[in-house]
Amino acid sequence: MNRRRRRRLAAFKTAVYVVLGLFFLLPIAAMVEFATRGVGISSPRTVSAFTSIGSDPELVDAITASLELAVITSVGMLALLLPTMIWIRLRMPRMVRPVELICLTPLTIPAIVLVVGFAPIYRWIEINVSDSILTLAFAYLILVLPYCYRALDAGLSAVDIRTLSEAARSLGAGWGTVMWRIVVPNMSSAVSNACLLCVAVVLGEFTVANLLNFENLQVAISILGTGNASVSIALAVLSLVFVFVFLLVLSFLARSLSRRRGAARA
Amino acid sequence: MTAVASTEAELVRRPLGGRLRLSSTWLGAAPFLVYAGAFLLLPTVLVAVGAFSGTHGPTFSNLAQLSQPYIVSAFVNSLVLSAVSASIGAVVGAVLAYAVATGSPDGIMRRLVTALCGVLSQFGGVTLAFAFIATIGTEGFIVIWLRQHGIDFYPNGVWLFSLTGLTLIYTYFQIPLMVIVFMPALDGVRPQWREATETLGGATWHYWRHVAGPLLLPAFLGAWLLLFANAFSAYATAAALLDIGGVIVPLQISRALSSEVGLDQANLAAALALGMVVVVAVITVGYSWLQRRSARWLPR
Repeated sequence: MNRRRRRRLAAFKTAVYVVLGLFFLLPIAAMVEFATRGVGISSPRTVSAFTSIGSDPELVDAITASLELAVITSVGMLALLLPTMIWIRLRMPRMVRPVELICLTPLTIPAIVLVVGFAPIYRWIEINVSDSILTLAFAYLILVLPYCYRALDAGLSAVDIRTLSEAARSLGAGWGTVMWRIVVPNMSSAVSNACLLCVAVVLGEFTVANLLNFENLQVAISILGTGNASVSIALAVLSLVFVFVFLLVLSFLARSLSRRRGAARA
Repeated sequence: MTAVASTEAELVRRPLGGRLRLSSTWLGAAPFLVYAGAFLLLPTVLVAVGAFSGTHGPTFSNLAQLSQPYIVSAFVNSLVLSAVSASIGAVVGAVLAYAVATGSPDGIMRRLVTALCGVLSQFGGVTLAFAFIATIGTEGFIVIWLRQHGIDFYPNGVWLFSLTGLTLIYTYFQIPLMVIVFMPALDGVRPQWREATETLGGATWHYWRHVAGPLLLPAFLGAWLLLFANAFSAYATAAALLDIGGVIVPLQISRALSSEVGLDQANLAAALALGMVVVVAVITVGYSWLQRRSARWLPR
């Protein structure tokens, strides 16, 4: 590469980074600016929009519901998907492809289409089981399948589960022990990745909750937006920051975990 | 005699035992399969059945409804919105991906951009709509700042709350998605190919026109289709941004679904959903075909 072309490339790259950096950072900065705006034009900056979040019982309910849903969906996903994935890899390898296909289907069916199918099912659940917002976890479990499948699949293919399970079985371990005490500890970063994706998807979910008439975090933000824009934008900023910090912490945990294991193995 | 009897007994028992063992194996996968049947297969079937059922048994009237002008225009709007936002996202995203790919593979810039793109590509929905309202809404940051300097941001009327605004907002998650999807293809391009072009006397233009361009084209088009499907199925941002319902297909579905009129509207929602599935299915087929084309040259 000659010098002229290298200089041109460097200039081109700087221009791209600056322009796109502005495009992506401005809306986020604007949200913070908007949420801290005073009432009048010249009134000083205030954080009252942030502090008033806690005093709105409806908002607190919505936030609590979303957090509970995130936990329930993560636990449900681990209980349903992980044993199945391990089981089919060990006992019925012919089912690996079909299960993968099932798990990735929700990516190709738009959520808005699924909701149309969920509606009659949820009418039945509402009458016969419960009308609690936590029943949304049934639908969310389907929405997170593709992301969690990929995360867990990456973890499972990095571990030689056949050898591990045969060794454990020959030493007298049952299937439960093989799964929860042998395989899972060997893919802890994949498991935490899957959980993190669950939490991110559930906290950001709007479509299903809105159309099934449940008020979760995002629906509450949207409803609030028509009345009190600065509080709803403050909440949006907070949820964004929360998810971002959460992702950061978990990726940091996962990295330090795998590094420690790498050191132990070496 | 006894030997014969025992063989017979074995013959009878073996298939039975085999079947029992088989079923215990299936039992391990059963919870998942039952769940997927109830909450994935059943909703899909309900959509398909709903699209063809009316108050008096099976009918095509729901699908016939799709030819009404307001629904046709919703489909046209959806397709245009998806195509335009996918095109802008694909071109700008490819440029950004190129800027990143030509840098150091372990550099801070690359790691930063990849991490940010991972987050921003999922940053959609209500929050994104509000972010743009806070930026270029009528009381937005930029609008107010320009007003203080005597410039009107919206000389021809506010376009944020229309399809134009929606297109701009969609590029916010389309560009990062493009970077993620297109980066592996760019990484597959070898510097030797450029060197070979130069050895043969080719200039930069020749390299892009005859070597890198044709090689990257299938990957680029595949990524474009993915972006298209992504925009086509998006609902939350539009729902939070647009006051008028029914501008795009997802909003039509939500209007039909939440109307109190009754079963007819629910079946219309199913027909609309089926229409969306058909569009997405066509895209998926095209995408997998392009994937196979690009896999020929670019290893992943």
